[in-house]
Amino acid sequence: MADVPPAAKKLPSPKFDLTHHTLANGLRVVVAPDRSAPVVGVAVLYDVGFRSEPEGRTGFAHLFEHLMFQGSANLEKLEHFRYVQSSGGTFNGSTHFDYTDYFEQLPSNALERGLFLEADRMLSPRITEENLANQLEVVKNEIRVNVMNRPYGGFPWIYLPGVLFDTFANSHNGYGGFEDLESATVEDASAFFETYYAPANAVLAVGGDLDVDSTIALVEKHFAGIRKRPKPKRPSFAEKFPTAERRAQHDDPHAPIPAVAIGYRVGDPVNDLEGHLATLLLAEVLSDGDASRLQRRLVQQDHLVTDVSAYLGEFGDPFDERDPSTLTVTAHYPDARTLEAILSAVDDEIGRIATDGLEPGELDRVRTRLISVLYRQLDSVLNRTLEFAKFELIFGRAELLTELPARLSAVSEDAVRAAAAALKPERRAVLELIAGGTQ
Amino acid sequence: MTIPALTAPRRARKLAVTEATLPNGLTVIAVRKPGVPLAEVRLRLPALSPRPSHPARVSLLTDAMLTGAGDLDRNGIATTVQGLGGDLSVSADADRLLMGGNVLATGLGALFELMASALTGATYARKEVETERERLVERLTIARSRPGVVASETLGKRMWGQHPYALDLPTIDAVAETSPGNLRKLHDDLIRPQGAILIVVGDITAARVVDLAAAAFADWTGTAKAKPVPDLPVPTPGLPLLVVDRPGSVQTSVRYGRPAVTRTDPKFPALQLANLVFGGYFSSRWTENIREDKGYTYGPHSRVDHHQLGSMLMLDVEVATEVTAPALLETYYELGRIASLGVTEEELASVRQYAIGTLALSTSTQAGLASNLSALAPFGLGLDYILEQPKRLTAVTIEDVNTAAAEFFGPSGLTGVVVGDAATIAGPLGALGAVELA
Repeated sequence: MADVPPAAKKLPSPKFDLTHHTLANGLRVVVAPDRSAPVVGVAVLYDVGFRSEPEGRTGFAHLFEHLMFQGSANLEKLEHFRYVQSSGGTFNGSTHFDYTDYFEQLPSNALERGLFLEADRMLSPRITEENLANQLEVVKNEIRVNVMNRPYGGFPWIYLPGVLFDTFANSHNGYGGFEDLESATVEDASAFFETYYAPANAVLAVGGDLDVDSTIALVEKHFAGIRKRPKPKRPSFAEKFPTAERRAQHDDPHAPIPAVAIGYRVGDPVNDLEGHLATLLLAEVLSDGDASRLQRRLVQQDHLVTDVSAYLGEFGDPFDERDPSTLTVTAHYPDARTLEAILSAVDDEIGRIATDGLEPGELDRVRTRLISVLYRQLDSVLNRTLEFAKFELIFGRAELLTELPARLSAVSEDAVRAAAAALKPERRAVLELIAGGTQ
Repeated sequence: MTIPALTAPRRARKLAVTEATLPNGLTVIAVRKPGVPLAEVRLRLPALSPRPSHPARVSLLTDAMLTGAGDLDRNGIATTVQGLGGDLSVSADADRLLMGGNVLATGLGALFELMASALTGATYARKEVETERERLVERLTIARSRPGVVASETLGKRMWGQHPYALDLPTIDAVAETSPGNLRKLHDDLIRPQGAILIVVGDITAARVVDLAAAAFADWTGTAKAKPVPDLPVPTPGLPLLVVDRPGSVQTSVRYGRPAVTRTDPKFPALQLANLVFGGYFSSRWTENIREDKGYTYGPHSRVDHHQLGSMLMLDVEVATEVTAPALLETYYELGRIASLGVTEEELASVRQYAIGTLALSTSTQAGLASNLSALAPFGLGLDYILEQPKRLTAVTIEDVNTAAAEFFGPSGLTGVVVGDAATIAGPLGALGAVELA
């Protein structure tokens, strides 16, 4: 491409030697050694997220994630946390639209312990009435603190999919309604585990200060005994693109000023990666920093909004979900009467990119920044272990992560213009947040 | 099945720190840390002030500082930073102003040049200041609609009265009154290299960092005009629990605080470990009790905050409205239990390893090490402190931890506020102890 920027060209791609291994029970393993610090990351991703929840069980994938921490084959309740932390490590888990992850960051002398802990709950979590009742209350309090008791809580990720998408799988509230959560049973959880937590439905990534061969031997030692179950067939969650703009309102009793989320349907991230990367660069052109198109227009020139951001993927991670995916523009604005002016300015700016293209140097600097952000994420052993696992699970290739700088460098200005032209009003949902709080 | 034992620990690669003071008084602290081809930058300037107008002015100053400098307008600054693969932002708290960011290591010199032009020539054009003033007012309005912010502000006033530390965020009225002229004057008074500290961690040699800084910041000169700030008052002990009404709130935001000791105090490592046992990590007593046993909350946290004028032990938790009193009953129980009965050897071993291990994790990235050094530098502490902290933690005995627990965790020594649905929670809370309605 003629416009590959010198800066991006000079940037070396991150170098990681990845080793792949698949166990007899189907568990896919990615090992990414890097001995620069005595730290290891362990990440297990299961190929199940909000989209796989059955009707009447909204929020179940996340509630189940909590149950995976409540003890397992050889561990009493609380022991998982204690073994990680008393080893000097940290842990967490999170539920996404297309997957659920569990991970630890540990001093490298705790590598085998970390593998054991993940294997033990892949073998058999302790799903009991008592643990379910306890974690139901914890999850309800999580939703209260993050959504119900907070201005702009859950906006827009909980509410926007319900406007933009039609099927239950894509449109429902991933945190879940209290009624659905309260009706979850131990039997539901056991069946969910049996189906979706099969080793063949998971990717294990191990990164950092480790020896590849002995790590694979340890993985075999701890995971090989887990019973093989069939990998569940993942249904297609594909939907037709909307053909007319959709509008809805969301009442927020705590918010002091209005907000808007504009969700555009975008192409398939996995099967049209080139197009997806062009859309990603477009999102950066639109809202990364004070020089971005929407900041300049909406914040600095027209004084319509307090802040604005554009991001790809419902949680702001462009590589987090398969089709269908969304580019979202959000803004907070002081005057509820200016929504149409905001939408018209957004249309105008996207239209200008589609029609007139980019300013000299604009694509280069945005791309350079994006690649720099990518490097920064890769500096953490845990982050890159999680990323390798995610790229293996979603894209089928952990290596893609290290190829992103080169792939981004190959995106042309024309591709970014085409991405802008695809953000048509008839392909979007506009969700207006009505501020019910005192200003 | 037995739990796999830990193998022999591997040592971290040795890092070397270089510290230099430039002729203009700027201290440069640089650590070469390869990994990714980036550099992390933190520039800290003392900003403590007794003036009532200060919080509003310094907040708006930080928001407007990068909206124009020398020949560059806002767009020029932003495009330059972005083209370097960089990010640059300015923020402030009661103690200091921070200009921080990151950049491709090859662009560090150019980022320094840009920082220098903002430090010496920020313009504070009327139009830009007006834009940022409106935005700051909106952001403050949004911040104060969060119950946790209301609770923290209320606790600050309850503990510190009229002292500048009582005000976490500026008032909207004070922001509205702030003019471009105020900002230019404050910049002239405050933004000076004498006493400022520049920290750089990244894939670049320390000698190169010092050379680049010396070249870029040579024309930045002078000493900040600072007025003395009164010592931090001692909060009145034994005040009733203050209840702030938030009608219909589905949760209650609970905040407690008390003075603690600084990092260099001989008692501090024991306090750090006692705090972890109480509520400073997931395997703490407080979390295991009110989350993992009772389900009253998504998670409680306790921590020691370090400020220029003193350190504070802070407790925070959001609990479901209907179980507010039971949650505080368990909290008082855990506070009283650790203060009266101390900790177990097993708990001590766990928190000691956790503290040592997570310090190593948090300093294993460029950004993590830079932020750690940036937090320590204003107290005259540096890489040595990080490297020697495991030794200090190892030396702490169970008696030390129990002494610290008794001194700092007794419920009678804490000042507390709650923000929630007063009609529902005030009565049951009153059964546990004295309450006062705000």
